[in-house]
Amino acid sequence: MRYAAPTTTDEVRALLGSNPDAIVFAGATDVVPQMRGGRPEPSLAIDLKKIDRLMSVSLDGDTWHIGAAAPTSLLTHNADFTADFPGISEAAGLIGSDQIQNRCSLGGNLCNASPAADSVPVLVVNDAVAVIAGADGDRRVPVADVVTGPGQTSLAHDEIVVCFEIARPAARTSDAYLRLIPRTEMDIAVVGAGVRLTLGDDGTVSAASVALGAVAPTVVRVPDAEAALVGSRLDDDALAAAAAAASEACNPIDDKRGTITYRRQVAGVLTRRATNIAGERVTNAQGVSQ
Amino acid sequence: MSRTHVRTHVTCEVNGDAVDFLTEDGESLLNALRDELGLTGAKEGCGTGDCGACSIIMDGRLQCSCLIFAPEANGTQITTCEGLATAGELHPLQQCFLEGAALQCGVCTPGFLVAAKVLLDENPDPTETEVRYALAGNLCRCTGYDKIVRSVLDAGVQIRTSAA
Amino acid sequence: MSTTEAPPNTGTNGNSGYRWVGTRPVRHDGLDKVAGKARYAADLVLPGMLHGHIVRSPHPHARIISIDTSAAEAMPGVRAVVTGADFREPPPKGADRNLMCTVIARDKVLYTGHAVAAVAASTRREAKAAAEAIDVTYELLPHVLNIANAMADDAPVLHDNMFTRGVEPRPTEPSNVAARTVYERGDVEQGFAEADIVIEREFSTQAVHQGYIEPHACVVDCGQDGKTMIWCSSQGHFKVRSATATVLGWDTSQIKVIPAEIGGGFGGKTTIYIEPVAALLSTKAGRPVKIVMSREDVFRATGPAPGSIIKMKVGARSDGTITTAKAWLAYENGAFQGIAAMLGCMCVVSSYTLDHLYVEGFDVVMNRPVNVAYRAPSAPAAAFATESVVDEIARQLGMDPIDLRLHNCPSQGDPTPYGPKWPVIGLRDCLEAIRDSDHYQSALPSGQGRGVATGFWFNIGEASSATVNLNENGTATVITGSPDIGGSRVSMAIMAAEELGLDVHLIQPVVGDTEVVGFTDVTEGSRATFATGMAVVEACRDLKRQLCGRAAKTWDCDIEQVDWVDGAAVHGPGEHDPLTIAAITAGAKRTGGPLGATASLNARGAGPAFSVQVADVSVDNETGCISVERYTTAQDAGTAIHPSYVEGQMQGGVAQGIGWALNEEYIYTDDGTLENPGFLDYRIPVASDLPMIETIIVEVPNPSHPYGVRGVGEVGIVPPLPTMANAVADATGCRITDLPLSPPRVLREISAQG
Repeated sequence: MRYAAPTTTDEVRALLGSNPDAIVFAGATDVVPQMRGGRPEPSLAIDLKKIDRLMSVSLDGDTWHIGAAAPTSLLTHNADFTADFPGISEAAGLIGSDQIQNRCSLGGNLCNASPAADSVPVLVVNDAVAVIAGADGDRRVPVADVVTGPGQTSLAHDEIVVCFEIARPAARTSDAYLRLIPRTEMDIAVVGAGVRLTLGDDGTVSAASVALGAVAPTVVRVPDAEAALVGSRLDDDALAAAAAAASEACNPIDDKRGTITYRRQVAGVLTRRATNIAGERVTNAQGVSQ
Repeated sequence: MSRTHVRTHVTCEVNGDAVDFLTEDGESLLNALRDELGLTGAKEGCGTGDCGACSIIMDGRLQCSCLIFAPEANGTQITTCEGLATAGELHPLQQCFLEGAALQCGVCTPGFLVAAKVLLDENPDPTETEVRYALAGNLCRCTGYDKIVRSVLDAGVQIRTSAA
Repeated sequence: MSTTEAPPNTGTNGNSGYRWVGTRPVRHDGLDKVAGKARYAADLVLPGMLHGHIVRSPHPHARIISIDTSAAEAMPGVRAVVTGADFREPPPKGADRNLMCTVIARDKVLYTGHAVAAVAASTRREAKAAAEAIDVTYELLPHVLNIANAMADDAPVLHDNMFTRGVEPRPTEPSNVAARTVYERGDVEQGFAEADIVIEREFSTQAVHQGYIEPHACVVDCGQDGKTMIWCSSQGHFKVRSATATVLGWDTSQIKVIPAEIGGGFGGKTTIYIEPVAALLSTKAGRPVKIVMSREDVFRATGPAPGSIIKMKVGARSDGTITTAKAWLAYENGAFQGIAAMLGCMCVVSSYTLDHLYVEGFDVVMNRPVNVAYRAPSAPAAAFATESVVDEIARQLGMDPIDLRLHNCPSQGDPTPYGPKWPVIGLRDCLEAIRDSDHYQSALPSGQGRGVATGFWFNIGEASSATVNLNENGTATVITGSPDIGGSRVSMAIMAAEELGLDVHLIQPVVGDTEVVGFTDVTEGSRATFATGMAVVEACRDLKRQLCGRAAKTWDCDIEQVDWVDGAAVHGPGEHDPLTIAAITAGAKRTGGPLGATASLNARGAGPAFSVQVADVSVDNETGCISVERYTTAQDAGTAIHPSYVEGQMQGGVAQGIGWALNEEYIYTDDGTLENPGFLDYRIPVASDLPMIETIIVEVPNPSHPYGVRGVGEVGIVPPLPTMANAVADATGCRITDLPLSPPRVLREISAQG
């Protein structure tokens, strides 16, 4: 295996074009364990961390740009970003240990295409857009459309995700992410739930997004849960309906980490809890300039 | 019998020393530190980033050296467990681990010390819970973590006292 | 005496009459370990050293038809290849065969991960690449992975010469049941007739791994003259020597084993896997060979501790008197016969006085890696069954669970379940220590559950040797044959300091290789501080007699007039100033030469160990997640030589037991593949999973040891399984009889309860 660390996306694409089995990586926190587990070494591994655009985290106007290869600890340590997206920040802070979070990236978490990726549900509910560098320049794709199945993405071999664009939240809007793991740290999510809510001045939900991880081949958006929440004041009935819709939306498998029954049941519980947290965040942020 | 593996020349700074080594590109930084530089303090407990025994600080960030391809180290600054003591003086964490019996077999100890140093550099007054979560990426199978956590808290006190 | 807070780490242990025993000096090997300089086996590099890589079976049960190594041998850097055919023929059955066939498979592979061939090459990566080029042709055989299937009449049989022992008449058909064990006393039917309450439950536990952080590693260098040097990670280097000699058919005296620092063992490094393979590769290549297991290899091919099924039936009168117990136990043995069920039978009801008992156990082989000891082997699963049922009895009778246990607690002179009478034991003291603890006396926070349980382990003695040499400056070197897994060097130094009256840091404790110290058995059965400590004390006492003799010679008086007091020879009549060790060694040339003493012994009278523990837990009723809120363990140490390391053993055992109870398990697919051979999905506790583990060291001295040591390494892992299950039962009302108490299982039970 050869290692390359180009400084532009064009170089990356050229290397990918001339090396059919080449891979790109940022933290390699999935790639290395996969190789240890028997995945063949590629002829070329392309390190994306020397490309400035892929490593920067910045707020430009009303849009956050998150470099696809930036370690997620940059997000958890960024107070402004965390104030805008506490849910994304907490998801970023749940991926493995501190050691892992100093290497792993949103781009890697997405393109590894694990159904259990922690950052994806909450990127989806925030309508994050992946900027993808390809043959015809950049194209923009909703994060929800990047992963097509376990280990599968809609990217061509010579395309890479460059960054994520996430519009700052509207007024009275916040998000939350919860996951279930058997231990308190280090595990892969058995179920993950991301929620974003916008509340009216009277506390009525005016917009809601709900997405679940680890309960289907890809992250699942739950329109029925969103519908149950919109117009409500997060009363018990609405929360119960959202939870039931979340459980219903699951298409999980039995595996070493959890059972179908368990995942369905817990998807509802986490949806309700994450909804409450997002709602409290909006309420508690009252008076704070948005 | 021809060699198919090309070796790359890597230059970096480790524990304050300018060093260089040759490595196959697919080799881990952990193996390069151990095999090429003789720094065997960092250990391989898993090779997959799950145990933290190979923890190092690279360019200011705590990382698992088993997950880093050795050529990535080019141009970086690295601190390993061997670099914690300065001018013959143990780091307060090392002293507290010794006095607090925070090690049994000792194989996870270098990784814990490096991770705890990063924690205390950022936050010299952590709560017990903060210590436990900050060290969750470091597995210890001997101690039940009790004496490790106490020793990190004790080292925090020492650091704060000497800074005051 | 009980200790919860660390007193100053040096100085006098005032209330015990000891100067050093019971103090907490810094360990002698500590500085290197915190500096990253301690040498573990994988750290060693020799000139010309090659790297070995082992080829392992992808199948759980298959006949090896052929192994083609030609492609591998032609690959870059490859210097040697070996297969089972390069090793000597094993005997048809018995322990030697099991060992030899575990090290490398012969005609059949018996589990995924079973070693079949190995390569030595110039680099690690070349060795791995060549290993992947070895072509093994297998004929797949049907496999069995669990006790029920392995015991079934139509089960595929692993060994066609295995006829169940302990069954009369001897079976005529081979089976996977290696042995049946029975312990019986009184009349259980009468016992049940006398009972007012009878509870019967069936329990299951899953195989778990010891989970030491350091994978197995060795460097072996075979000389042209047949002399072999082995550096390795083990719990007993003499065992490595004898086992390697057995596997290879080599002369023991030709093999020298040098213990590296060991990165955890917990029983898992009491046997060998890789040393004979590296030795044969080294012989073939004429160069040193290093083999380091990957974590995946460690999970697939070493350990584990067995899974079990235990049916437990206990009767009690309404006053809490337990009248009888009847138990049926079956333990996984892995691919070859072990003694797991026999041990389980011996300790399943050891915390109780019983007039009537019937215990029947079955050791069962199956297509899993061979069991190895894990801290009080077999006792945790047995305690899980008994202590869960006893907890249920206490609940139904409305009795405090500790009072019920005190009511049935055995004492010195009572018969053990397995025959002999109990010597001095500290179970009652441990029960009272927990009862009186701040934890147990504190009100249970709202919403939490509290559980208690006891645990027993035998502890053993076995053979140990020690050499104590006085240096010319009056310091001492203590050489033993017990690897230092968790602070045993400093414990040896403390005992020597106490005997000789030297400062503990003027004593250098050394773990000697197989050629510098007398034979010493494996560190197992919590025996190092007990048995090896006994040898150290004996050698020191010999040395003190010699020192008194030298003083007598110096003073030209009768040795009977010389006493050893506070580290110096004292003239009884008081006509001479005392002579310190330094004074005597300085003049040693004139009085007879260097001073040293050696003791080798087979330690008898190991003190049985008991532990009693209490846990408070919270259970998330919507997710099944358990959080350990508070945990206290009391354990009878006999005497704590170095209390910090005694506490460390107690806390480590508890943490492992909590992991076993909550999340750890071997998960196999139906096709026999281990699904979780890594620390990601084999979930040992992380720091944030645990609270502080409060310790109460109970000291009921063992009269067989000069300082009263019992051994503390193992029993701490026994109570956590039932302690956690009992606490969950208290919190949720669900009596869960299958481990682990993973969130899906707990939520299922809670949901089923409605």
